[in-house]
Amino acid sequence: MPRYTFSVNGRTVTVDAPADLPLLWVLRDRLGVTGPKYGCGIDVCKACTSHLDGKAINPCVVPVSEAQGREVTTIEGLADGDKLHPVQEAWLEQDVAQCGYCQPGQIMAAVALLRQTRNPTDAQIDAIENVCRCGTYFRIREAIKSAAAKM
Amino acid sequence: MGSPTPSSARHEDGAVDRRRFLTVLVAAPTLTLALSAETAAPADASSSVPQPADIMDAGDALILAGTPTAHLMLVLEVAENGEVRVELPRAEVGQGITTAVAMLVAEELDVPLGKVRVRLADARPELLLSQLTGGSNSVRALYDPVRKAAAAARARLVAAAGELWDVPAGRLVTRGGAVVAPDGRRAAYGSLTTRAAKLPLSRLTAKPKPESEHKLVGTPTSRVDARAMVTGQLRYALDIDVPGAKPAMVRRPPTINGTVRLVKNETAVRAMPGVIALTVIPTGVAVVGETFGQVMDAVEALDVTWNAGTADSLSDAGIRKRLRAAVLPPVVPPLTGHIEAEFDFAFVSHAPLETNCAVADVRKGRAEIWAGLKSPILARQEIAAALGLPERQVTVHVTQSGGSFGRKLFADAAVEAARISKAVGRPVKLMWSRIDDMRHGRARPASHHKIRATYTRGKVLTYEHRVAAVETDFRHGVGEMLTAVATRLPVAGNMSFAQAVFHLSVKVPYRFGVVTELLKEVPLKMHTASWRSVWSANTRGADEIIVDELAAKMRKDPVEFRREFLKTARQRAVLDKVAKEGNWGRDMPAGFAQGVGFHDEYKSCTACLVEIDARNPKKPRVVKAVIAADVGRPINPRGLEAQLLGGLTDAISTTLRAGLHIDRGLPLEGSYSQFHYARQKDSPTDVQIFIMPANGEPGGAGELGVPAAVGAIANAYARATGTRPRSFPINFDVDFTPFPR
Repeated sequence: MPRYTFSVNGRTVTVDAPADLPLLWVLRDRLGVTGPKYGCGIDVCKACTSHLDGKAINPCVVPVSEAQGREVTTIEGLADGDKLHPVQEAWLEQDVAQCGYCQPGQIMAAVALLRQTRNPTDAQIDAIENVCRCGTYFRIREAIKSAAAKM
Repeated sequence: MGSPTPSSARHEDGAVDRRRFLTVLVAAPTLTLALSAETAAPADASSSVPQPADIMDAGDALILAGTPTAHLMLVLEVAENGEVRVELPRAEVGQGITTAVAMLVAEELDVPLGKVRVRLADARPELLLSQLTGGSNSVRALYDPVRKAAAAARARLVAAAGELWDVPAGRLVTRGGAVVAPDGRRAAYGSLTTRAAKLPLSRLTAKPKPESEHKLVGTPTSRVDARAMVTGQLRYALDIDVPGAKPAMVRRPPTINGTVRLVKNETAVRAMPGVIALTVIPTGVAVVGETFGQVMDAVEALDVTWNAGTADSLSDAGIRKRLRAAVLPPVVPPLTGHIEAEFDFAFVSHAPLETNCAVADVRKGRAEIWAGLKSPILARQEIAAALGLPERQVTVHVTQSGGSFGRKLFADAAVEAARISKAVGRPVKLMWSRIDDMRHGRARPASHHKIRATYTRGKVLTYEHRVAAVETDFRHGVGEMLTAVATRLPVAGNMSFAQAVFHLSVKVPYRFGVVTELLKEVPLKMHTASWRSVWSANTRGADEIIVDELAAKMRKDPVEFRREFLKTARQRAVLDKVAKEGNWGRDMPAGFAQGVGFHDEYKSCTACLVEIDARNPKKPRVVKAVIAADVGRPINPRGLEAQLLGGLTDAISTTLRAGLHIDRGLPLEGSYSQFHYARQKDSPTDVQIFIMPANGEPGGAGELGVPAAVGAIANAYARATGTRPRSFPINFDVDFTPFPR
């Protein structure tokens, strides 16, 4: 079985896994990193949104082989120790989460958006496709705007 | 009354330690219910006979059914480190009940909110009917018991300090998690627990604070679990580390309730990488493996022949035909001015983002289950029956859920996981695929509605609403609770589960003369469950559409018309609030329109005003929403706003685009790219929510937001497009290629 070495939230990991095993299951089932959630497995709901070298990806459809030698960041790696990322702070300030299941992915998507643009328009926020079944979208929008204003 | 009972403190490991904890079990709250139509009818409801839900709603019934064991509900512990721990016999599925309960406890005990830890209780069979999360009932049922438990604990701590200092308890106050004497001496609660636990009972009386003294309760407060959520630390069922538990999934039949006839390639699939075990269960073929990725591949690779299901011949057209045939006819002849309309509502998946899932560890003679469960006592019974174990050998842990909307009233995944674990002889983590969750998971049943209203000279004389719906499965405990109580109602008589819930939850809030609303169920063997607001989303949604159309017929403005016919000042106040704040009647560009809706249930009422952009009627978007709600006494206005926001999004989704098509015994939808629950791009960019000041007892709020918003959106759409929506969701093409069966 092939062996892959990459970084997860700043920690170097090595796993033996089939090349096509989706990164989501390497993270969750092999490494115990459970922040990224399964919601569909086909890159539709975006609940697993994480970052690969700083860019948003959906590890449910990214094979582990693609992570070789690269940096994976999940929701667990976003804060700097106890100091939350401004987007996480904004999520607390707006009390966005209800069931919370999609929120790691929502936050990682928002962070990726704010890396692309400092002041996202409503249209750019609309382009975030992550499903929130509790329907917290308005608070997500407010939190992104609030984080943008502070960053 | 709330006389406290000292009990042995319970540790997680089961050890007993009286010195470290003060544990209080609260005694039964007294509950008085007005069962007479005369006393319960709203004071100014002059010209309408009350409907059953006016007299006693489903929430009252749930509280009443739970009363015999309500005194056992709360286990509250004050620990030596000053932490207050509450074991809550409810599910937390995103509705914020843990935060609301923590607030009530913090308020009553005068401890900082951060010192209160709320844990979801395991299934506790001794609670009988008091451990069920549903019917927008948790705050209503818990408000008194929680405050009484905390007040009892506080009284004991104060008495302990009084004894310690030899100061009369009446001269002591509590502040910041400590008892404080007039001379400034201070004893942290943690230092008093030993003494407090030893106090004789008879010396204590405990009364919750008067509500006028509430400082935290009623104040907008963020969720107690928000930080865990935004850092990825919150553990849902599948995130729990149960030693040895391996991923499991099930290959399911091509039609609902189909069963396995033959697995043709079992040997080949067993030999696939990462596969540990394979077993046939009543619902399909289960595969257990090292990672979910490998299990998915194996499940996909299975070649199975299936026996027929229970609904193989059913498709939407046939179901609709049966509903239309079943609906009871209106009986009032349309001799005067009248209006008639028929409505259809599609099946709707609950589609919580966390699919059905559970962890099960079944060994010889015992079983342990972890799952998000709103009715865990019944789940435990079902699991025991499925495993052939005595109930006492089954432990059911309730985990926090990634959404429910009614789905987690049932323990489908927990029972399945238990069967698989037993069959393969090891602990398993069962996860349903999204496709299976939509196709084989439960859904809100389709319904057909027939409404006839008659009017003359500015008065509505009669209002008849007949509903035919595919049978809703109520075998999760709520049914038993409600029928037990509903048969005692003076107006309802003997009723089935469904009839009981319908009559206890659906009512027309307007003075429409003689009002009759009747439900006829069509039993089809499909997977159904009540969906947030049960029948109110469609029944009351349709009512609100007719209200607009009646207003037009009677040449009145929709807001003015509602004002005139609503029964109480409290109802009119929320309507006035949205009309004012939402600038009702303002000019809108072509293709845009406002719409309004109102709803009253569970002692709460709400109005919703939306603005819609329907320039393209195939792609309408609600761009603005203004909501006002009066819930009697909001515990956490911020959480309440969240519930109303969620209800609004549910209404946007189910009114405009989200539903299930049934095709030859199976829903076609298998993904959020097909079941069009709203995304950010479908959501308004301006939402304003107003919570009316406290004016009574807490009402229900978890489901309140949906029906008014359904009406508002449909009415806005009608005004913007000039078409009258009659079938929901409005835009419901099969705009995708279904996954293979």
